[in-house]
Amino acid sequence: MERIPILKLGDCLLVSIQVDMHDRLAMQLQDDLTSRIAATAARGVLIDISALEMVDSFIGRMLGNIAAMSRVLDAETVVVGMRPAVAITLVELGMSLPGVRTALNIERGMDLLSATPDIRGNDNGSPVG
Amino acid sequence: MAKTGTTLLSEILRRDQQSILSEWSRHQLGSISTRRELMSEAELSQQSREFLSVFTTAIGTNERIDANGPIWAPVREYLARISDSRARLGFSPIETATFVFSLKEPLFERLRASARDPQTLADETWNATLVLDALGLYTTEVHQKSRDAVILRQQQEMLELSTPVVTLWEGILALPLIGTLDSARTQVVMESLLQRIVDTGSSIAILDITGVPTVDTLVAQHLLKTVAAARLMGADCIISGIRPQIAQTIVHLGVDLNAVTTKATLADAFGVALRRLALTVTKAASAGAAAPSSANAKGPASANE
Repeated sequence: MERIPILKLGDCLLVSIQVDMHDRLAMQLQDDLTSRIAATAARGVLIDISALEMVDSFIGRMLGNIAAMSRVLDAETVVVGMRPAVAITLVELGMSLPGVRTALNIERGMDLLSATPDIRGNDNGSPVG
Repeated sequence: MAKTGTTLLSEILRRDQQSILSEWSRHQLGSISTRRELMSEAELSQQSREFLSVFTTAIGTNERIDANGPIWAPVREYLARISDSRARLGFSPIETATFVFSLKEPLFERLRASARDPQTLADETWNATLVLDALGLYTTEVHQKSRDAVILRQQQEMLELSTPVVTLWEGILALPLIGTLDSARTQVVMESLLQRIVDTGSSIAILDITGVPTVDTLVAQHLLKTVAAARLMGADCIISGIRPQIAQTIVHLGVDLNAVTTKATLADAFGVALRRLALTVTKAASAGAAAPSSANAKGPASANE
């Protein structure tokens, strides 16, 4: 079964979605990502969806869920590179992903993560559950 | 009975084609004398001749007259072409329909002259009226459709024209909205804004609603949708140009704009945008001052346009 690779980049995890998301793949990603955050104590997650051309409400909800889960594990999620058509679709579906931070491209997303006063030197987020 | 009548009509048409044509043309020229600038005499007489020839062919088939039948299809087609071109040229529906109706007079005159008995004359006149009325109404319908098509096209052009996305500064886009925001326009606005965000890599977009006459819940919802879509792309939106009355309306309607930065004027919004990008605008040093203008001046940004 195909998997979406999760790359570790310093304190951050980089997920680049290059294939069409189907539901099982999304669930798999959710599992993989949460365990990787827990294992690496990552403080930031960058999800690049610039290659994603189609979304449905499930994928939208999954993005929101991943962000919420990462936050519980003390990692900031930034979704980058959303296409205009995808953004319009999500808004029309009534999903404006309120808890998710966004950036125009990977570079901006990285800037956003490094600018967050997240790396404060206190205890790193210990894995939950 | 009806057959003989039709035969008579087609006979007249064939025999007196030239004289009918010239008389008809004269009628038309009389009725559209004010429209000479739109159409030349030669063009008109050419159209008349061509129409009369397809008309004669259709009537010569001796079938029962049915202007909607397949035999009359070439006539209808030709009329549709004429009506279409006239609608585009700016003729009124009456002027277009007169093209057909004015044929009645020369035609009836000749019928009167050649009919042997009142019965034939009445039948024949009835047949001719029937077909010419149907064709005349048909031209009006086509005329109307052509006008509708023109209006539709203009609407679309206006839609595209009225939603420009301007770059105020590197990384700052402005979208001056003029006119009422409905769903179709919001769609266009959203698409052009998001595309420009991608193209320019801007991180701040200012939606200026100075030109939006009224804001109701629907308009507000459309604005919030645009803001949400831009946010998903990673760009912040500032809504500016909110007039005092509009601010009152928004509050009375219970629209929640808390999630969005709002400013009274575009200048204020631009100031906010500059500050967010850590840019400052400073006054150039006057001639008397020793130091040249410096971009490093610290302090709150002030936007001067």
